Amino acid sequence: MRSGSRLEKALRAGRFAVTAELNPPDSADPQAVYDRAIVLASVCDGINATDASGANVHMSSVGVCALLTRAGYEPVLQVSCRDKNRIAIQGDLLGAAAMGVRNVLCLTGDGVGTGDHPEAKPVFDIDSMQLLRMARMLRDEARFLSGRKLDAAPRLFLGAASNPFVPPYDYRALHLGKKVEAGADFVQTQFCFDVPRLRQFMACAQPGPAPKSFHPCRRRPAALGQGRRVDAHACARRRHPG
Amino acid sequence: MRFLQNHPQLLAQAYNLTRRALLLVRGWLQPGGRMQRAFVAVEAVSKGALFDCRMCGQCVLHSTGMTCPMTCPKNLRNGPCGGVRLNGNCEILPDMPCVWVLAWERSKLLPVYGSQILHVLPPLDRRLEGSSAWINDFSGAADRAAAGWQLP
Repeated sequence: MRSGSRLEKALRAGRFAVTAELNPPDSADPQAVYDRAIVLASVCDGINATDASGANVHMSSVGVCALLTRAGYEPVLQVSCRDKNRIAIQGDLLGAAAMGVRNVLCLTGDGVGTGDHPEAKPVFDIDSMQLLRMARMLRDEARFLSGRKLDAAPRLFLGAASNPFVPPYDYRALHLGKKVEAGADFVQTQFCFDVPRLRQFMACAQPGPAPKSFHPCRRRPAALGQGRRVDAHACARRRHPG
Repeated sequence: MRFLQNHPQLLAQAYNLTRRALLLVRGWLQPGGRMQRAFVAVEAVSKGALFDCRMCGQCVLHSTGMTCPMTCPKNLRNGPCGGVRLNGNCEILPDMPCVWVLAWERSKLLPVYGSQILHVLPPLDRRLEGSSAWINDFSGAADRAAAGWQLP
């Protein structure tokens, strides 16, 4: 067990696990986070807190996750490489781990042009692959990327994203294999509508080094009222998260 | 130019020949000084024309089917993002083919180096931006990843 998170336990036990995205509010009021979390928590094993998805500013994913752990929820911290360099990201990972966050999804991030601050400087100091490797280094070797030792390593369950539904199709499974090599423990995909393509991808993903679990993004049950709206909204915006 | 880009094996051969020639004068290739300035100028023109080179100073063309990954607007060194358009173009620059779609196709044409696209590359050393990739190659600076990355 690498992190001891509830999501990790569920996946390692081979249970079908459900995650849902919480779209962070445009608000400094913690209640706005809890209002969103409460509709999701009863039906999912983990709540993903997006990191300025679509390059639109919202409450930070570290802030959302810290609030969620305080209330006993199981957050998945989404980290994108668009807004922060390697120094800031490592600091955030330690800070989040100190606040009880155990699951991290490592993403590239959308370009700034799609968001509400298209004039901003895109950072992209490292890519999602290097982010995974760096987070694994913090956890397994108790070291920063610089080589400096940590006093206490964060316990993290590391996730990677994969999009089997866009070119280059025949490279996607190999690319995911690279992410597993870099440190991915679990995988989350985009919304899956193209089931034949997903099957094809899964067939290709089998022979290589297999991730601990594969977690296709599914439409949640229809009877969930606001929860479904939040989830569908968040996932629709994550169609191209990079 | 497009012909050469789509025949990465020719570019790889040209690279090997150039490397062999430069090995003969390796002693002169030191960071800093006049030689560095001359190399930067020549590389900017030649690699600029061939690869749209962005002078990161750490060439990894063999890992990318001789396609410069720094032309990716997200500077991705390890493969495509999930935002590639269905026509294979970039999500940020819709008229540009995704660098990694090209890199993957071209890697298949490289018999010796093609499989290097499967290896995870370390983060860039941003201090080397604007310096000579050839000189960094010979001095070892291009291969020196962050200390933590190199530890077992």
